[in-house]
Amino acid sequence: MSEDWQAYVRRIEELAARSGLKFHPVEFEAVPESFMMEIAVYGLPVRMPHWSFGVRYIYQLIQRHMGHSRLFEVVFPGNPGHAYLAQNNGLAENILVTAHVLGHADFSRNNLLFRRCQGQVSERIVEHAANHARQISEAIEAHGAQRVELALDAALALEQHIDVDQSLRRERYPEYASDQKLLVDDTFRKRFAALEQAPGGAAPEARKRAPVPPHPERDLLWFVANYAPEMESWERDIFLAVREESFYFYPVFATQIMNEGWASYWHARLLREADFIPQQAYVDAIKCHSDVVRPIAAESQVALSINPYHLGFSMWEKIIERDGLDAARSIMEQDDDFAFVRNHLTRELAEELELFRYRARNDGQITVLEHDLNALHEAVLAPKYNFGAPIVSAAHVRNDGTLELSHDSATDGRGLDLERSAKVLGYLQRVWRRPIVLTTVNQAGSALELNAP
Amino acid sequence: MDADGGKRDSQTGAAKWYELFSRGARDWLRHDEKIRAAVRDNLPDIIAGADLANEGARTVRVPVRMLEHHHFRLRRADESQGAGQGKAKPGDVFTDPSKEADGEKGPGGREEGEVQLLLEFKIDDIVDWLWEEMQLPNLKARAGPSDATDWTREGWDRRGARSRLDRRRSFKELVKRRGAPGATPNFTDEDLRFRQLARRRQPAVHAVVFFMLDVSGSMSDRDRKLAKTFFFWVVQGLRREYRSLETVFVAHTTEAWEFNEPEFFQVSGSGGTVASTGFNKVRELIDARYNPGRSNIYLFYATDGDNSVSDAADARTALATVTADTCFTGYVEVSSGLSRQLATETGRLFAELQAAGCAAGCYALADFDAVWGAVRHFFSAENEAPAQP
Repeated sequence: MSEDWQAYVRRIEELAARSGLKFHPVEFEAVPESFMMEIAVYGLPVRMPHWSFGVRYIYQLIQRHMGHSRLFEVVFPGNPGHAYLAQNNGLAENILVTAHVLGHADFSRNNLLFRRCQGQVSERIVEHAANHARQISEAIEAHGAQRVELALDAALALEQHIDVDQSLRRERYPEYASDQKLLVDDTFRKRFAALEQAPGGAAPEARKRAPVPPHPERDLLWFVANYAPEMESWERDIFLAVREESFYFYPVFATQIMNEGWASYWHARLLREADFIPQQAYVDAIKCHSDVVRPIAAESQVALSINPYHLGFSMWEKIIERDGLDAARSIMEQDDDFAFVRNHLTRELAEELELFRYRARNDGQITVLEHDLNALHEAVLAPKYNFGAPIVSAAHVRNDGTLELSHDSATDGRGLDLERSAKVLGYLQRVWRRPIVLTTVNQAGSALELNAP
Repeated sequence: MDADGGKRDSQTGAAKWYELFSRGARDWLRHDEKIRAAVRDNLPDIIAGADLANEGARTVRVPVRMLEHHHFRLRRADESQGAGQGKAKPGDVFTDPSKEADGEKGPGGREEGEVQLLLEFKIDDIVDWLWEEMQLPNLKARAGPSDATDWTREGWDRRGARSRLDRRRSFKELVKRRGAPGATPNFTDEDLRFRQLARRRQPAVHAVVFFMLDVSGSMSDRDRKLAKTFFFWVVQGLRREYRSLETVFVAHTTEAWEFNEPEFFQVSGSGGTVASTGFNKVRELIDARYNPGRSNIYLFYATDGDNSVSDAADARTALATVTADTCFTGYVEVSSGLSRQLATETGRLFAELQAAGCAAGCYALADFDAVWGAVRHFFSAENEAPAQP
């Protein structure tokens, strides 16, 4: 790690604070590139072991060998935040990255979605995840690697199936169906009910057991952990640990365009304003910046995906230019990517950035479609709906413990991939330990049932 | 594992945990293990397709795809929409670079390139798995008197060569003698213990396998390759049992010759088939080189089954002289066309042999998938001699 760079950190922090960024302190650490790669693969510096991470690791390794990707930094929001920088970054890169990290730190401290999820998970996710990893290695000691792996297979397969609108430490459903809807402050009904009982005396215990679940439940990790008929307690813990980590990952996922754009905007701006940076470092850093936010790989004319850094960066520039910084900050605080793109990706900007919509056929033929701003928004956002996963909810648990899952194919537009879904049911069945039925639709749109076993 | 561990260590200057330990590699190894287990479960199918081209190779390469950890996903739509960026007008049509031939992932591609692994398996491991998997009986070895002697460690003595001094043992003796803790140990000669060696006679576990191949005009290249694959696994199986295994390769048409291994599989002859020449050649070689009392002799014969009609009687006698000394005689009928189910000249010959209670087996090998079936057939036949399924 270059000591030169350390000397700049504090000055960049001061400059950032003067420019109105509000962030928790960030601990910077320079680590070897191999470790950076692992953090990127696992999503957290220390995380539970699972073979699927090994597969991602190899992909990442191959990508790196082919020179496709290079990691400059990984940052973990929290108080204090943790930022890991690659040891082989140059001075210019490190200066850029420091500014970028502060942009992220500002974002994660002030964005509502981040604040809400951090309020649930706590600001010390890095430590929590390390605890989970330890808890799991204890489980491996106690129950054997294979059994733990089966539980992790199931839990990690459902990692996107959470409901961030629910509390992380969510209560079980009420045992009994409540009497006619008791509205929150319905004092009249309460008094009336009290009156009615007094004269009759022997009010029959007509309490009705609530069905489980009382409504279709999308928080599958929580539901399985709480209602699986024969689950071991350490398996429940694994499910809840995975769920907690998913709560942490959700805001990162759902604000990627805004967050990366915001950080890119700020690293560019802080760099411009930092007169204390040597000229050469500044030029190098700006080169690095333009590599990061370039929309299209140098050698091609069109890209079939949108670089979130570029899109977010351009949108923030536009917003701040047009409405000023204060307006931008309040957008940053309140929106997630869905609101951000739908409200602020304007027709002019889309034209300026040469964004387009296309239809891809299975044989690889791609047709560029008519301009349509709303449809473009949805095309950008489509991969982000529902944490990027199909909407599958627990519909019912039968008397014999059979779990009924149902896929909302009407919203998702088509049915599930049967082969994969059957595999997931297989994983899940090993912890649910009773039959599982999943309804979805086939190619023709008619209902279809998948069974495990 | 502890998130703060790194920082604490950095103050003491020690290496940080992440420099000593790669989680990615650990989980990758686990994936590797899983994939090997999966390969193992499907072994017979896989070895049928494995390429055993290079002679003397101790490993087999098997191409496998990486395992996928499955999630719920939507089925592939016939058409999907996406958003892109660049110079493109409505109505433009182009092809997705990620789907172009040769799969080199284009810079603007949308899909992750598929990665194939080429796993290398030790043939010994595969054979071990197969034997476990199929619960094959081990071959009965015919033990002869020892040729080689072997030294094994056996006991201790107070005298011996310096290099065989057993320090731990000697020290124990010292402690026993002195009894008192804390006293300065002083070794005396009585304390010293030396490891002793004893001569042990090894039973002969020596085997000779004769591979006899019909290379007459009627045997196609494919037939020969089939026979070769089969022979390969037979060698592996026998090698598992015998510390020293010799292979002898005999090819015949109307004459018979001995070949070395590489040449053996290249030979192609022409003309008719006279099986008796082959059997006689084997007999000759046994007499010349091996003592049936001390070696376990195996004969495997691969042919398409057509033998010259005039040779029938000769072949029967010649075969009888050979089987008198072999532990086991296997007959593989390779017929790439329709399988005639051993209803051939030579097939009948071996069927008679089997009926007479000789240690012999027959198998009709029609394609590469059946190779493993043949191996299994012979190796269980060695003990039980079941009829061909």
